Amino acid sequence: MSRHTLSVLVENKPGVLARVAGLFSRRGFNIESLAVGETEYPHISRMTIVVAVDELPLEQVTKQLNKLVNVIKIVELDPVASVQRELLLVKVRADATVRTQVLETVQLFRAKVVDVAPEAVTVEATGTADKLDALLRMLEPYGVREMVRSGMVALGRGARSITASAVR
Amino acid sequence: MTSANARPAPAPAPAGPARPKPAPPTGAPVQVTGAQSLVRSLEEVGCEVVFGIPGGTILPAYDPLLDSRKVRHVLVRHEQGAGHAATGYAQATGRVGVCMATSGPGATNLVTPLADANMDSVPVVAITGQQSRGLIGTDAFQEADICGITQPVTKHNFLVTDPADIPRTIAEAFHLASTGRPGPVLVDIPKDVLQETTSFAWPPEMKLPGYRPTSRPHGKQVREAAKMISAARRPVLYVGGGVLKAEAVAELRELVDLTGIPVVTTLMARGAFPDSHPLHLGMPGMHGTVSAVTAMQRADLLIALGARFDDRVTGRLSSFAPEAQVIHADIDPAEISKNRRADVPIVGDCREVVVDLLDALREEFDHGGRADLAPWRAQVANWQQRFPLGYEWPADGTLSPQYVIERIGALVGPDAVYTAGVGQHQMWAAQFIRYESPRSWINSGGLGTMGYAVPAAMGAKMGRPDTEVWAIDGDGCFQMTNQELATCAIEGIPIKVAVINNGNLGMVRQWQSLFYSERYSNTDLGTHKHRIPDFVQLGEALGCAAFRCESREEVDATITSALEIDDRPVVLDFVVGKDAQVWPMIGPGAGNDEVMAARGIRPDFDESDV
Repeated sequence: MSRHTLSVLVENKPGVLARVAGLFSRRGFNIESLAVGETEYPHISRMTIVVAVDELPLEQVTKQLNKLVNVIKIVELDPVASVQRELLLVKVRADATVRTQVLETVQLFRAKVVDVAPEAVTVEATGTADKLDALLRMLEPYGVREMVRSGMVALGRGARSITASAVR
Repeated sequence: MTSANARPAPAPAPAGPARPKPAPPTGAPVQVTGAQSLVRSLEEVGCEVVFGIPGGTILPAYDPLLDSRKVRHVLVRHEQGAGHAATGYAQATGRVGVCMATSGPGATNLVTPLADANMDSVPVVAITGQQSRGLIGTDAFQEADICGITQPVTKHNFLVTDPADIPRTIAEAFHLASTGRPGPVLVDIPKDVLQETTSFAWPPEMKLPGYRPTSRPHGKQVREAAKMISAARRPVLYVGGGVLKAEAVAELRELVDLTGIPVVTTLMARGAFPDSHPLHLGMPGMHGTVSAVTAMQRADLLIALGARFDDRVTGRLSSFAPEAQVIHADIDPAEISKNRRADVPIVGDCREVVVDLLDALREEFDHGGRADLAPWRAQVANWQQRFPLGYEWPADGTLSPQYVIERIGALVGPDAVYTAGVGQHQMWAAQFIRYESPRSWINSGGLGTMGYAVPAAMGAKMGRPDTEVWAIDGDGCFQMTNQELATCAIEGIPIKVAVINNGNLGMVRQWQSLFYSERYSNTDLGTHKHRIPDFVQLGEALGCAAFRCESREEVDATITSALEIDDRPVVLDFVVGKDAQVWPMIGPGAGNDEVMAARGIRPDFDESDV
């Protein structure tokens, strides 16, 4: 199975997320990540959905998604022709004895510290899933207290806009 | 579900004028209640009948309904009956069927008919009451999240939170239900939205940016299909319910006349092509004719029109029609290549596809020539002749259910509408009644809903009051929904119900007999053994004329006496043998090459059979 990133424009209405998520589970597809937010048009939201699925079932799930009345447009984003990013917040145990080392790792990954306590720091990082995985591997030995990931968001490279053509 | 609102919610008589005056001309907004807006909207979209039951939260809508001269309400006995009646109405007329129920249990009782309509692509609009906006999410009395519940089984649904949205939502619901691939749409309206004062104007502007069904087929694909058809030596037209939905029956006939290609019609498409036509091989699939199944297995080209390669048609998918290329035309792109990969996919309305295909084929035949189909037609005709549908009389001297159904078809004729429940009687009704015209056969195909026949017949009769409507039912099915006969008797809907009473859940018993060593677990309903219920007494209690028939000699007279009654519904209790089975049959999990003509009997194909 291969990983695919779908960018889905939907009407910004109550219940739409449930319709989309329900369709995936009903048809037996597993969502790896799903991020949703408003677009430049307040009545349209964009969902970025990452699924691990083969080519043929992907075609089927895309067609089924397209049948949802609130779904306006679906584009599969090629990882090479798109910018894909994820946000990570991670709270790492960092008392005085290891704080310098933790900060050094944070710097190496061009992450930043957004909160400090005597026993811990909270680190914010953005990047591809691979980069965030690598950062986490480096921080784990110090002790990860808790963390949250936003799920992937992505935009196609170049000047084209899929929302602009969708609202025409 | 007529229990009133138990909460101390403000629920007095409807606000505004109690009796709405005739409306001013359309276009100009007028002040009305949400409930009046709903009824006005239903009138404007052309709804002529609503099947439903009132209750606490939908109560406001029932008040203006009393005054409507355009919309007739049929008070059913169970919401499931309302839903199936709406489906039967839609299937018989091609118009949108409408049902109405209150919140909570009223709405959840609509779930089965909605799922049924969804599987069979039937245009239905369900209107449900909902608890007032302030109470939603509080587990209020008779509250159910019916939009959440019906999401997987509807084409779309709406929760209306502003009375000003009612006309637009109703317009959108009817548009969604009846266009593209038809299907059920539910509109859930909170009680206080129905009570609030709002303005009504028609026509509203629809806002459906994500809904753009493709009905015009792509010219290149159609030309590609024409090329493939003209070159094929063993083509079969695989016709599904989409041909009926698209009103493409005349065009299909023209296509067969032009090409001379043999036709099979699925369970949902019986009547889309006349059974009397020599090129019609009948129904394919698990209980299809040997000639239809075999023609598809040997075909080098399947032309699927509005069909969806359902597992009951294909059998084991990997061995289905192994030598065939596939042209698949459907209005729903998601059906194409879902189960079987299409070599030429065509997205579009079946009628437009066939019309374009006719032009492309004439062009192709004029210039590119065409393969000689005479040997294939001869081969297919040979199978038809050697393996016709048939049945044997039960050895124990009991009445043959197939004979009863065959006689009903013969005496009632091809101009009637036949509905069926689900099981053996349904398969026999699909096999032994000859269908000559569209919308003469109405059944629950995809979901397989037992109890469908009686309420569907009621809906069909409402839609086509001048047509004879017969429900072919089983004794198991009949006991699920027969209460709607009370509705029929009181509302003046004189349907005929033929109960094919074998005393058992016959199809389950057949499987127990074939695959579970004749261990008959929980399939004997006692309708023979104890005569409980007595269907004649039951029919009479429900306001029907009722007759029993137990022997071959009585069959014709019983059917004829039913045909003479037109002032009330009729129930016929045909007491038939319990061991009759549906054949041909392709066993579960088997490939279609393993079709059995009768129990333990393979069709004796010989070497000339391609």
